[in-house]
Amino acid sequence: MAAVTTPRQKVGWGSANFVVIALALIPVLWMVSLSFKTPAAILDPSFIPASWTWGNYHQILSTSQFLRPLINSIGIGLIATLIAVVLASMAAYAVARLRFPGKSVLIGMALLIAIFPQIALVTPLFNIERSLGLFNTWPGLIIPYVAFGLPLGIYTLSAFFREIPWELEKAAKVDGATPFQAFIRVIAPLAAPGMVTTAILVFLACWNDFLFAISFTSTISSRTAPAAMEYFSGSSQFTVPTGPIAAAAVVITIPIIIFVLFFQRRIVAGLTSGAVKG
Amino acid sequence: MAEIVLDHVTKRFPDGSLAVNDFNLDIADGEFVILVGPSGCGKSTTLNMIAGLEDITSGELRIGGRVVNNKSPKDRDIAMVFQSYALYPHMSVRQNMGFALKLAKTPPDVINQKVEEAARILDLIPYLDRKPANLSGGQRQRVAMGRAIVRDPAAFLMDEPLSNLDAKLRVQTRTEVSRLQRRLGTTMVYVTHDQTEALTLGDRVAVMRTGVVQQAASPKELYDRPVNLFVAGFIGSPAMNFLSGTLEEGLLRTSLGDFQLSDRIRQEVERSGTGRDVIVGLRPENFEDAALVSPDNRQYGITFRAKIDVYESLGSDVFVYFTRELGRGVNSAELEELAQDAGRADSAGAGETIAARLDAATSIGEGQDAELWVDARPMHIFDPASGRNLSLAGDDGGAISIQAPPDRTEAGEPQAAAPDAAGSGDVQAVPGQGDPPPAAT
Repeated sequence: MAAVTTPRQKVGWGSANFVVIALALIPVLWMVSLSFKTPAAILDPSFIPASWTWGNYHQILSTSQFLRPLINSIGIGLIATLIAVVLASMAAYAVARLRFPGKSVLIGMALLIAIFPQIALVTPLFNIERSLGLFNTWPGLIIPYVAFGLPLGIYTLSAFFREIPWELEKAAKVDGATPFQAFIRVIAPLAAPGMVTTAILVFLACWNDFLFAISFTSTISSRTAPAAMEYFSGSSQFTVPTGPIAAAAVVITIPIIIFVLFFQRRIVAGLTSGAVKG
Repeated sequence: MAEIVLDHVTKRFPDGSLAVNDFNLDIADGEFVILVGPSGCGKSTTLNMIAGLEDITSGELRIGGRVVNNKSPKDRDIAMVFQSYALYPHMSVRQNMGFALKLAKTPPDVINQKVEEAARILDLIPYLDRKPANLSGGQRQRVAMGRAIVRDPAAFLMDEPLSNLDAKLRVQTRTEVSRLQRRLGTTMVYVTHDQTEALTLGDRVAVMRTGVVQQAASPKELYDRPVNLFVAGFIGSPAMNFLSGTLEEGLLRTSLGDFQLSDRIRQEVERSGTGRDVIVGLRPENFEDAALVSPDNRQYGITFRAKIDVYESLGSDVFVYFTRELGRGVNSAELEELAQDAGRADSAGAGETIAARLDAATSIGEGQDAELWVDARPMHIFDPASGRNLSLAGDDGGAISIQAPPDRTEAGEPQAAAPDAAGSGDVQAVPGQGDPPPAAT
């Protein structure tokens, strides 16, 4: 990208950036604002709450109606991510490095799964899970999450693996490594930024999922946080629990922000520098 | 320490292309063998097959007497230095060098001791805890070498290890590689496309072209007695000059002048059935400023006039370049390939540029119409169809013999300077006929 030089360009880029960031942030800030408003002030159109309250947070965090789904979300998300990244890195390595029969079929299938409308699968999966006894269990969500996380993982990781000089692997083999050792000790550490990126993407997909979470669960024993918010109840049948929902939304957004900020540097840092002539 | 035997080794890729064809070479224990050739000649594939990184389609590869065709690289006890060095970027120099030992489950204190010993040899002690990214090109190259030598392997394989260094460092490192090999006495197979590297480093050099070994011999042998056009053109810098020649009534007519051939060569040419056209090869140092050639020596070659296009002085020598018409043209697939490799495929004009190396004492200058002399004794004569060096045929002793018996000279040049030593020369000069130069045939 060309470096920004003239003041005019700086102003131009600056205002464009500002517009984009404002568009993205205003709904989030609105949500934060709502979460601090008292139930009576929910319909108050002012952006900054007239009176601040922790009531909404107190309400959701004091019942297992939200805490238990939050634990489910974290557990299911982490397990699904771990499985997806491990499987995807092996598959991606094969796709990037090896020639094998059916390789193009594999890539095609992965793409097919990635673009398949998930809503179309809900009914068949629901029936399958019920007959297998997976309905309303952690595996009942982990398995479909892994299935949909894999194509994403294979695509991103194979791009990363292709970037790693093949000679490193040859060098490891000549140094006496088995193919598995070469992968674990040389290739995988170098692909770590790619794996972190993939893990973040897969985790986000699991964390944000609503469709499967609402369809394949029936109690808080396996319901995840986004689905649990749907079951929040107001103080009366006719009250919409806007405040608690906003507070819950803020709570489930925070881990994502921390996650991305924490790994941002690793994603950006190209670990492969210095591998070959530079 | 081990000898490496390549016995009819062939590599055919899945797409059917033949990368290495029937490669035979016995590499003795402790020998330094160079595989050299233009890019795509199969030299790196051969090295990868020795390393076990490529499968062998057919033939047998033995390292230390063991057939290793189906052994994985780790079971072959060989170390390799890659063109890109292939250092592990996430490991320090120490870890890089000790990686193989660590995989072999060597105790950590032994690893440390060996790594430090290798680092001392290669002057890497201050850099042991750095990452490859923080090293210069030369240091990275030494780490790559260090990674190979800590293992004390049966053989070293080197795949163009110096090609990423700048010119000065390359020469310096070349000497270091040579010294290291002598010191360790380990068998080494070294791949390069640089013929200077090949000639200076190798005990033996195998010149490859399109997957076939053209000639495997000592550097001197390759230079003096190339078996074919390709080897002749590849070895030597500046390259050998090639001219078309025609045999007529016992004379070899070229655009420089006429040479008289011995009966043996004439018979050889006739037997080869290629007709009367041949390709003549003359190295730049076979030329000399005629004024600097003693009368005694003049008769071994011919004198001709040429307009000097370019004059380059290197201090110790002078290179001059002049152009000759190609005549019927030197058409040979091998020469075309050489030209392509040198990046001058499209420069073929009406004439061929001839390079001549003259003594620094010459007074010839650029643009001058100079009188030059060319020594006919080391001349090579090639069959244009097969590329075979006809002047080597049936000749068991050294390069082309040097005699020009007076009774065979035809023109009226004074014969007083005829050598007293009699002998049957392969090529003789026909003095007087090369001046002024006739157009080729």
